[in-house]
Amino acid sequence: MSTTVRTIPDRLRSLLEQRLKSWETLLLLVAIGIFIANSFASPYFLNAWNLSDATFNFTEKAMIAFAMALLIISGEIDLSVASIIALASTAMGAAVQMGVGTPGLVLIGLGVGLLCGAFNGVLVTRMGLPSIVVTIGTMSLFRGISFIVLGDQAFRGYPASFSWFGQGYVWWVISFEFVLFAIIALIYAVLLHKTNFGRAVYAIGNNATGAMFSGIRVQRVKFILFLLTGLMSGVAAICLTARLGSTRPSIATGWELEIVTMVVLGGVSILGGSGTIAGVVIAAFVMGLVTFGLGLLNVPGIVMSIVIGALLIGVIALPRLWSVWRAR
Amino acid sequence: MLKRFITSREALLIGAIVLLLGLISSRFPGFVTPANLANVFNDTSPLILLAVGQMIVILTKCIDLSVAANLALTGMVVSMVNVAAPGLPIAVILAIAVGLGTLLGMFNGLLVWKLAIPPIVVTLGTMTIFRGIIFVISDGKWVNSHEMSPTFKAFPRTEILGLPVLGWIAIIAVIVFTVVMTRTTLGRAFYAAGGNPHAATYAGINVGKTQFWAFTISGALAGLTGYLWVSRFAVSYVDIAGGFELDVVAACVIGGVSIMGGIGTVAGALLGALFLGIIKNALPVVDISPFWQLAISGGAIIIAVALNAQANREKGRIILKRAEQAT
Repeated sequence: MSTTVRTIPDRLRSLLEQRLKSWETLLLLVAIGIFIANSFASPYFLNAWNLSDATFNFTEKAMIAFAMALLIISGEIDLSVASIIALASTAMGAAVQMGVGTPGLVLIGLGVGLLCGAFNGVLVTRMGLPSIVVTIGTMSLFRGISFIVLGDQAFRGYPASFSWFGQGYVWWVISFEFVLFAIIALIYAVLLHKTNFGRAVYAIGNNATGAMFSGIRVQRVKFILFLLTGLMSGVAAICLTARLGSTRPSIATGWELEIVTMVVLGGVSILGGSGTIAGVVIAAFVMGLVTFGLGLLNVPGIVMSIVIGALLIGVIALPRLWSVWRAR
Repeated sequence: MLKRFITSREALLIGAIVLLLGLISSRFPGFVTPANLANVFNDTSPLILLAVGQMIVILTKCIDLSVAANLALTGMVVSMVNVAAPGLPIAVILAIAVGLGTLLGMFNGLLVWKLAIPPIVVTLGTMTIFRGIIFVISDGKWVNSHEMSPTFKAFPRTEILGLPVLGWIAIIAVIVFTVVMTRTTLGRAFYAAGGNPHAATYAGINVGKTQFWAFTISGALAGLTGYLWVSRFAVSYVDIAGGFELDVVAACVIGGVSIMGGIGTVAGALLGALFLGIIKNALPVVDISPFWQLAISGGAIIIAVALNAQANREKGRIILKRAEQAT
């Protein structure tokens, strides 16, 4: 990793020019392009119900991606999110066997998410351990506990009122999950872009020491971010479990990578300090449209992962290749 | 000298491993017979090979999450080559495996070196791409035992002095890379590039290029292990060694390799891998469900990284300070 030198231009570009040349605009163009390509490639694409189905591809992941975006902007990362889903789902499944009702299940899901987030947060902020190693560890630990509880079994029998969180529709084709996704996106956009807390997150990501000397409680902010990521994993666990109607310990395997991909694709710097919620929202749509469009064309899931992987590297590599080429 | 060894991470790990073996043997003496220990070592050899490569990558402040996918892709390619041309000598197969693994590692390295893309992003991406490519070239089919030629399967299992070739290759790799890391300029450059990149640049070391070589070595070892893996288990499919990259990182962290770069030894990676390998082999013996393994290795990573942080906090990682203490 070479050190980046930030140059400050003596004349700022106009606001319009900034907007037009931003990452979000580029990404939006990509999203529109994929949308058009999809509607030409498959006759089944332009159908309200199909498009509504397509949103399930990304809503749950995107909920976590918003919290993860803040965490990555602050210079940390959480690779244990998918395992938190597994653990929260297992806890809810166990509660169902004991006859706990829907409100109790929701509380348990959120509670387990918060606890796991707090566990990560304590290890990183109190003990000063690098978050990538801690969360690789808890990634095995949390899912490992699910495996200990469930082995090769599965929990079923969720109440009908609970399944509404994953299968319910608020109005016509607008699913509950999609509404929740939109509300959460709004909350995180306000939190990151309009509050002191959000400014603190950027400050920490750009210069943690400087932020500390400016009176920001760096460790506390980071701890809250881990809590939020855990909480959102709990929310996603509720939606996913309700949608699938069963819990296996292998639930949501590999999601941590897709979520990080979504965040990075959304223009959040993996080194911390920059990124927007709008970018992550568009990236969520891009990934959802790509997987759904390829799915309609009968492309197997594993081949889609090539596209996602290439997208992840490509979107970062191309601007850099361009600048290297222009510098010549 | 002796004092320094006793307080070192390696000695601590050896102590932990001996304690672990002692506990197991108190109830199951059969576990510590030489034949079984050789068996455990042989079973852990793929992990050792990858951990050595990963250690070098982590030393330079990078991480390689694509090793398991590299292993699987190389394994699939050599087994398909074997099906197509059963008569090919093992030397050629080995050359293909190491060569392809090296190329895949170089691809990671180039993206990190020339485009300065963060290694975690690069290898997350290539990890999914490599897995996808396996599916594309194999059409999702398995290459099974009966399709592989006998010589292809026999190579890693041939026993020399009671230890199969697979185990010997791990031993040779550990020796070679111990020498490389301690006795060559490239080896020292890995430590310098990770320990203090700025100072390394001023000392005339090209940090990016050093990272490129780290990825290349990691890729080469992953490719070699790819052949050994598919021929030992006599099967090859898309998902072989799924999630193995985490075990490899875990072995390094347990072995005292600092994720911040600059700290770590080949012996540490070896011992970290052995620690995990012994636990994995002991679980069925002491009658604990194999479902416990994931949680145990997760717990081991967290405890190890907490211990690492404690140990590094006091000493700092300034080479000069250590030299002063030594005199």
